[in-house]
Amino acid sequence: MHEMGIIIHLAKTLDQTAQEQNLTKIGSVTLQVGEVSGIVTDLFVECWDYFKKKHEVLKDSVLKLETIPAVTWCNNCKTNYETVKYGKTCPHCGSGETWLVKGNECVIKEIEAE
Amino acid sequence: MRTIKLNASVTASNDLDAQALRSRMKEKGVLLVNIMSSAGSGKTTLLSKVITDLKDTKIAVLEADIESCVDAEHIESLGAKAIQVHTSGMCHMDAGMTAAAVEAIKADNVDLMFLENVGNLICPAEYDTGSSLNVMILSVPEGDDKPLKYPLMFSKSDALVISKMDTLSYFTFDLDKCVSRVKALNPDIKIFPVSAKTGEGMDEFEKYLKACLKDWRA
Repeated sequence: MHEMGIIIHLAKTLDQTAQEQNLTKIGSVTLQVGEVSGIVTDLFVECWDYFKKKHEVLKDSVLKLETIPAVTWCNNCKTNYETVKYGKTCPHCGSGETWLVKGNECVIKEIEAE
Repeated sequence: MRTIKLNASVTASNDLDAQALRSRMKEKGVLLVNIMSSAGSGKTTLLSKVITDLKDTKIAVLEADIESCVDAEHIESLGAKAIQVHTSGMCHMDAGMTAAAVEAIKADNVDLMFLENVGNLICPAEYDTGSSLNVMILSVPEGDDKPLKYPLMFSKSDALVISKMDTLSYFTFDLDKCVSRVKALNPDIKIFPVSAKTGEGMDEFEKYLKACLKDWRA
């Protein structure tokens, strides 16, 4: 995952939100990042601190990150399990017929603004 | 300060650009095909073969690379319209960049437009480019373990071309193992083992492209 590319899109989305809702200052941005989204969170915060200065409305904002745990569904024994611990193979029945239910997303949950 | 709930995808601005580009291409009746693979898997060679074989299909190519114009010049020498896109270091194409390239190439009167994405198995899979068909290439020398190492691209692609099949005897590439690993990630994916050099398997892949174009225009 390319952190800088995501930040550029994030800033664009927030700029637009600020225009639509007549916001002059965004104080914080809360992002929910899936455990298996591939985003390197340390790098992400560094990218944000560099890039936010380019946008008047974002320049004093803080990026807050929340983790979304990754969950996989086993279609064979119809149960969920922790993706990071067990991967693609179900720990209950050993089946490989499994799908990621959540954990690869990156969502802008909320912003604090005025 | 007040709290505003957004619950929007972080790439929402890209997703909107992608949808807008897709509707424009639908109006024009052009099928935009996003070709993704690592560097050196044979994207340009595969497209060259498709252009040479499909004489009755008008093809244009958007060549995305970090630097140079060698690929676009080669494609133009085969008679297809091509434009070189320099990403200036960016490791993938997003919808905004793709839309700008589609605008710049001024090739409305085409059937198939290929976007040759930057050679990289990771980031290109993360961004919707606005294409309506995602094709990934894996070449035999890269190894049959790539679906295990880079699962996202295999799960996002509509079709997988396994290229350089003429070199199979020189490498320890297990085709059956590779296919089952890919199918485990993406049961619906279409798989085409080909050699653009000998022509092996190209007919099936070209028929698939034509069928997709027909569906797109239906």
